[in-house]
Formats: sequence, C-alpha cells, structure tokens
Amino acid sequence: MSDKKPISSVNDFVVRFANVNGSGSASANEMFARAILRHGVPVSPRNIFPSNIQGLPTWYEVRVTEGGHLGARGGVDMMVAMNPQTWDKDIAGIEPGGYLFYDSTKPMPSTKFRGDITVIGVPLTAITNSTYTDPRQRQLFKNIIYLGSLSALLDMDPKLIEQLIGEQYKGKEKLLSSNVHALHLGRDWALQNLKCPIGLRVKKSDKVGDRIFIEGNSAAALGAVYGGATVCAWYPITPSSSVAEAFTSHCKKYRHDPVTGKAKYAIVQGEDELASIGIVIGASWNGARAFTATSGPGISLMTEFIGLSYFAEIPAVIMNIQRAGPSTGMPTRTQQCDIIACAYASHGDTKHVLLFPEDPAEAFEFAAAAFDLADRLQTTIFLMLDLDIGMNHRLCRPLKWDDAKQYDRGKVMTAEMLEEGRDFGRYLDVDGDGIPYRTYPGTHPTKGSYFTRGTSRDRYARYSEEGSVYADNMQRLMRKFETAQDLVPRPLQANAERPTKYGVIYFGSTSPAMDEAIGLLEARGHQLDRLRIRAFPFHSSVASFLAEHDFVYVVEQNRDSQLRQLIVNENGIDPVRLVPIVHYDGSPITARFIAKAIGDHQDHLKVTPLRKAVS
Amino acid sequence: MTYIAKPKFHHPGLKKNELGYTHRDYEGKISTLCAGCGHDSITASIIEACYELSIEPHRVAKISGIGCSSKTPDYFLGNSHGFNSVHGRMPSVLTGANLANRDLIYLGVSGDGDSASIGFGQFAHSIRRGVNMTYIVENNGVYGLTKGQFSATADRGSKSKKGVTNTDNAIDLVAIALQLGATFVARSFSGDKSQLVPLIAAAIGHKGASFIDVISPCIAFNNHAGSTKSFDYVREHNDAVNRLDVLVGRDPIAVDYAPGTVQMVDQHDGSRIALRKIDADYDPHDRLGAMTFLQKHAAKGQIVTGLLYVDPDAEDLHEHLNTVEVPLNTLEADTLCPGSTALDKFNASLR
Repeated sequence: MSDKKPISSVNDFVVRFANVNGSGSASANEMFARAILRHGVPVSPRNIFPSNIQGLPTWYEVRVTEGGHLGARGGVDMMVAMNPQTWDKDIAGIEPGGYLFYDSTKPMPSTKFRGDITVIGVPLTAITNSTYTDPRQRQLFKNIIYLGSLSALLDMDPKLIEQLIGEQYKGKEKLLSSNVHALHLGRDWALQNLKCPIGLRVKKSDKVGDRIFIEGNSAAALGAVYGGATVCAWYPITPSSSVAEAFTSHCKKYRHDPVTGKAKYAIVQGEDELASIGIVIGASWNGARAFTATSGPGISLMTEFIGLSYFAEIPAVIMNIQRAGPSTGMPTRTQQCDIIACAYASHGDTKHVLLFPEDPAEAFEFAAAAFDLADRLQTTIFLMLDLDIGMNHRLCRPLKWDDAKQYDRGKVMTAEMLEEGRDFGRYLDVDGDGIPYRTYPGTHPTKGSYFTRGTSRDRYARYSEEGSVYADNMQRLMRKFETAQDLVPRPLQANAERPTKYGVIYFGSTSPAMDEAIGLLEARGHQLDRLRIRAFPFHSSVASFLAEHDFVYVVEQNRDSQLRQLIVNENGIDPVRLVPIVHYDGSPITARFIAKAIGDHQDHLKVTPLRKAVS
Repeated sequence: MTYIAKPKFHHPGLKKNELGYTHRDYEGKISTLCAGCGHDSITASIIEACYELSIEPHRVAKISGIGCSSKTPDYFLGNSHGFNSVHGRMPSVLTGANLANRDLIYLGVSGDGDSASIGFGQFAHSIRRGVNMTYIVENNGVYGLTKGQFSATADRGSKSKKGVTNTDNAIDLVAIALQLGATFVARSFSGDKSQLVPLIAAAIGHKGASFIDVISPCIAFNNHAGSTKSFDYVREHNDAVNRLDVLVGRDPIAVDYAPGTVQMVDQHDGSRIALRKIDADYDPHDRLGAMTFLQKHAAKGQIVTGLLYVDPDAEDLHEHLNTVEVPLNTLEADTLCPGSTALDKFNASLR
C-alpha cells in the first residue's frame, strides 16, 4: 500500500495525539511522554488545546528527541487519530512515510487514508466495550489501551509504564491494577495482531540525567514561595490561572505553621485584574512581598496601577503568561506579544523592568529574584512567561536554592535609623542611584510617615505642581532605571566557531528552537553569534553586540517584532541592521522556521556559505 | 500644598488623652477644600474620634481613592502613613495593605463618585470579603473636583446647580453594604458631629467591614434649593434612629443612663457601645429589619441615620484565610523559604 519507504528512526520522532477535549486523554498522553523519559530519552511535549471545556478538538504532541531538542519540531511522524472531527486535517499533517494509528472498530473507506503512510488499525472501541460496561470507564481505559498498543509498536518497556501507573495510583490498589490490566489489553492485542515494532522506536538511553519535568507556571509559583511572596491576588485567565493554583498548592505544602496550622500567606481571588493589582500594590506598600499572575487582557486592565507603581515607587511583581492577542485573541495559543505593552505600560513617561526566562528553571529563579528586584527598585517587575513555557511540561535542570541567601528588602528606613536622626525624604536620592528610602506604615510614632500619591510631589513627598520639582523627580526615575540595568539578569552570549559579521538576538521560549536552528544553519554553512536577552532594561552588552555585527536577526513570536522595536528605541540603532524574524500564528516557533527564515535572508544577502566556497 | 505651612505650636494647657497626645497630634496639613465643606467636618470628627480612643496616630493607615474626599487624609493624622491611590480603587489597595499587616487600623476614605460609580465593584467586594476596616464615604451627590456633575448617589428628581434634573435612580450605599454582609453599617451627617464622632469611634473598634455613609454637602456645587444633599435638606429630613457613646475599657466614664433606654454592645477591641434608642422599635442587630426600615423611610424621603446594623461577633478576612497572628510583612526568609532540602525533594518528585 505504501509508495514511500516508512520512516525509520530511533529516539527521534514526533507523535501527535488528536483527541476530543474532556475525554480524559490528557493523563494517558502525559504518561506516554513520561514513560519515554523513563527510558532515559528526552521528550518535549506540548498541549494544543481550545478555549473550551468539553467537545472541541485538542492535540498533544510529543517530540521524542535523543538530541535534546526541546523546541517544537514541526511535522508529525505518527498520528494517533482519536478525533473524527479533525481526521482529514490530521491525516494530511503526517510526514510522507509516517504512521497513522487509529481505532479500527468501524471500517473506514480507503479514501480516508493516504497511500504514502503506514496505517495501523487497532479496534480500540471493540476491545474496550468487550471488557468494560461503565461508560466513563470505557472512555478512560480506552486511552490506556492505546497507550498499551503504542508501547508494543514503539518497542517501549512496559515495566516502565507500569512503574508510572504504580506511582500515580499509589495506595489506590483497585485503580492501579485495572490500569495495568488495560495497558496489557492494548499491548497484547498489538503484539498478537500487528508487526511490532514499527520503524519508530524508543531505545533506552542516558540523555535525561538529573533533569526534571515541570510546567513553567508551577516553577514560577514555587519561585514566588522561595522568593518570600506572602500575598497573591489574581483573577482567572488562561494561560495564567495555573500560576495562582500552583502557588496555592505549594503554599499548602510549605507555608503552614506546623503547630498552629495557620497560613503564612494570603491568597485572594480578586473580582477583576484591577482589584488584583490594587491588592498587590497595597500589600507591597505595606511591606509584604506580593504578586499577581495574569495575561494580556489583564495587563491592559492593570496599566493605571502600573503607572502608579512606577511614579509613587511601590514594588509589585506581575507574572504575565503571554497568549496571542490583541483583544481576546487566541487565549490558548502562545505568543511573545506583550513586550511593548509591558515595557511602557501606563499613560505618561514610564519604563518597566521585564524578565525573560527561557524555561521553568529560569522561571523559578527569575520569579524569586523578581521580589528582590521589586523591593530594591521599588517598582513593578514583570516576569514575562508565555503559554509555551507556562502550560507545558518542559525538561529542565533541577531547581536550585542557596540556603545562605537572605532577601534583599531594599532601602527601608527603620525606627532605629529614624531615631538616629537620619534625614528621611521619601523621594530623596541619597546614594546617587536614583533609589530613595521608604518606610513601612506604622514604623515610628512621630518620624518617617509620608503621604503616598500618584500626583507630583517634592523629594519630601509634599504635593507640588512646580515644573522643576516634577522634572527633578522624573530624571531621578530615569537614573533609577539605569541602575536597574546592572541588577537584572545579563544577556548570555554564545559565539559561532568562526568569527562572523552576523548575529542573532532571541529570548524566552524561543530558546530551544534557536539552539537547534543554529545547528541547522551551521550545516548550511551559516555562522551566527547568539545573544539571549534575559531582561529589560538592556545591559550595555546588547549595544556592544549590535556594534560588533553588520546584521543582527531578532527572532521573536509576535507580528510587529516588538523586542526589535524596543532595542531600536532604547539604543538608537539604525533599524535596517536589525532584521526581524517573526513567527506569530500561535504555535510555538520551530527550529525549521528559524533556520529557513535566517538562511533565506543570508542567501538573499548573497552570503556564500563557507562550505560551497571551499568545495 | 507645599506653600501652606501649618504652625506647630499650641496652647500649653491643651488637654491630653490617655497616651499624652493632644488634639493637635491627630491633625494633618491645612485643608485646601472650600471653606464650609462638609468634608472638613468629617476630618475634624476623625481627629476627635482617634483622640478620644487614644489611638497611637502612626498605627493608622489612611487610604483613599481620588476626588475631594480622597484628598482629606492629608488633613488628619499627620503622623500616619497615607495613600491617595487610584480613582475608585481604595478598597483593593486597603485590602492588600490589611493582608500585609493585620495589626494596623485601616481607615478607608472615599467619595460617592469614587465608591458608587467608578469604584462600585471594589466597594462591593471589599465589603463582602469582610476586610477589617473603617470605610467612610463622604457623600455629597456630586463630582466636586470636576465642578458639579451628578454622581450615582444623587437622588432621582434632584436638581443640579445649573438646574438640570437627575433622571437616574440613586445608589444607596448603605442598603448595598447591608445586603453584602457588612458587619457594621451606619449613616450620619457631616453637620451632626455629636452623632458622627462616636460612630467613627465605634466603627474603628469593630472587627470586620465597617461602613459609614456620611452625607456631606458640597458647599460649592450641591447646596442649593432642589438638591437633596444640601445642609438644609438633610437637616429637615434627618431621621436618627439612635445616638451612641463609645466607652473605652479602662476609662471609667461615669454615664448614667435611665434604665431601659440604653442597649450595650461589647466590641471586639474591648470598648463598649452605649446605644441610646430614639426609635424604640429599631433593632440594630436585625439585618433584614434594617433593610426594610431603610427602604420604607427612603420612600418617604427621609434620611435614616445612626448605627443601623452591627454584628459584634463578626469575622474578618484574616480569619477566613486562617493567616498567622503576626503581620505577614514581618516574616523573613527563615520562615517563608522552604530551603534547599525541600527543593531537592521537590525535584526528585518530578523525574
């Protein structure tokens, strides 16, 4: 039947599950990904889901990658087509020579298949229905049955899957044994009726190491716990809700007094994003570490308060789990599209600190660091995650914490300092770094109180509409922002093997795809120096990098090349030298996309690849 | 304003309270509101109440939104931290501040535009959460700072200074507060200090969401014939159901009340409220009764004032959240950070 040689690949392929949301497939699919990890083979899974609870199509994609490429690859080597709604599109998406796995209980006309793929039918419904009578059981176990069949087809070790089932249903013997039973139903059927294994295989390896498998939102929430956040106010919005939910569960585990059972934190689900950020501002003004988590529409609503935080100098941490905008946009699709909205949030002249973690491990570190930065700089710190990092399990290095670390509470004038007669001016720049001292409410009976306001005031917090007083304050705020440059995480540079005039700048979730693309580009003879930006304001090394290269590609996941705009604007760079490489259809950027876009541009520049030049 | 300095000296014989503070220690900067503004009388009442209660001035956090009323925290408790925040958002800022440090006294000052229009949602939600605060709305029915537009508390049929009749229905914040579960609800009049001062003092002593709607005529834009928030109108239609005295624990105020005329309410902070009934049938512990009473009297054009509802055993947001007794803003890394050992275990669970 096949006129194309079936794909043959060990530990390097993409399996995509097409399901209907609400069918309970997510946990079976996730178990598939985890089982491969247990073989010592890295995986990179992604949920592609609708903004809906039940009935609409959902996909789960697992990239099996011994080479450790954690970005999305593009293309599908094996489709597990469990959703009739999307059948045609799913079949069309399979790579030539790929595999189709489907439920063959009901016969399908041959026109519904393709000649250049291997079709594998397992009568899943028939097997399920002959074993189970309860409808919900039928639905759930069908997922485990296909997992069993896949384990046979892909030559996976069933013991490792049983181990995972054992961990998941620890203490629930009945569920445990029935899941194992279902697994073997599917596996045995495949072994008896199909040619196992197929060309795609999982072989035990040792490439996972001590890495952990975690969602960025959970890691960021744990960073908030470690960073000392005690107040969290939030309003549900995809894809950020799981930050607050994870913070809640982490706090339940780590933040209750062992004796009294009382909570060393307060979480409030606000009535909207305005209230959420208001609560954060109020708590931070009063000396607690506070944060909110939101996404694009929430940022839009919060901007008035963000301006207050900037101007009245109140710490705040906002975790923005970006999704495709504008407006409601695509709530369940990823983008890096709020760079400008956050960097310059609010009316008037403002600039805000942005942190760009590349994966959950950095999300944890930067989330914890954000609270130190917020206290030190007395302003809003944005942790810029996106759906791709936030809501997908990502393999990353283990989270680390130095127990010697103390929190940096910034410049806080205490009752003792006031008693010593220290001059307290709330907006007085005593150290030349633009950062004034603050006092917490209730510090001293007669000294150190001040009136916080969003209106203009002098260095001693007294209301003033004098032009010179206003300008003096605005200039100090600029000095403070310059101070921030050296406090935020620095860019990381990686140079090509040979000196090159070309560079590439990227950030956040683009990271794994970029790393992989560099390999693809090198194979085509293109050498590129890389700079991964990790924060705004930009460190001086960004300007140096730009100066050292004739052309710099700026790779990002939005239409308007927002980071490039920010670089041009903040560094006064000739925009022609910054080439936008943008991907913005809501799917995560791939190495293939980057390599093609940059490669084509290099060809257009008539850059002769070195390999051709020497041959 | 920076250029209006208030002299600090005062008469040596000025009376001192239990903590040794005089009235002057509870004052703030010179008011920049219009001469005769009802808000200044409320400011004076807050000063009086805090003085009488012998509150340490710096233990109060005064938080407001935007508008004439929201400017007033600058005019009282000069040794307290104040926060003139964002229009309509005082309740959320106060909620956050309260979560950070449960030991301070939170005074929220707002206006009718700030709380009934732009901030109606925040007003409602802070009340329903039971934030431990004293929430005062200085209610004049107009936007003063933008020169006299109707606010959402302006009565239907009332006339603006320019002669425009208001056709929208009024929001009664007291009725809403009752419905949302406020555990201390009162209404008063800025022109009746003897009623207002003890109400503020009692509200401060209450644990939970205390709400006081103070009708406070705008001398510049809403004190004319045809207004239902003018001094004359409110005086004529004021229907006080009770008057009260606040008795502070150790202060042996010898007040003789005729038997049967006074109802005592024990407050969480140890103070006691002596309620002198004016309307014999009015029961301030009956939420539903209060709501009906208010509606009936409002229909007759009467403005019911006094302590309208109190639940002395109320719980606050901190109790709902089961937070530790010490203020969250005093906790440091040693108690907040789970440390590297816990993190290693966490990592191990993710492999």
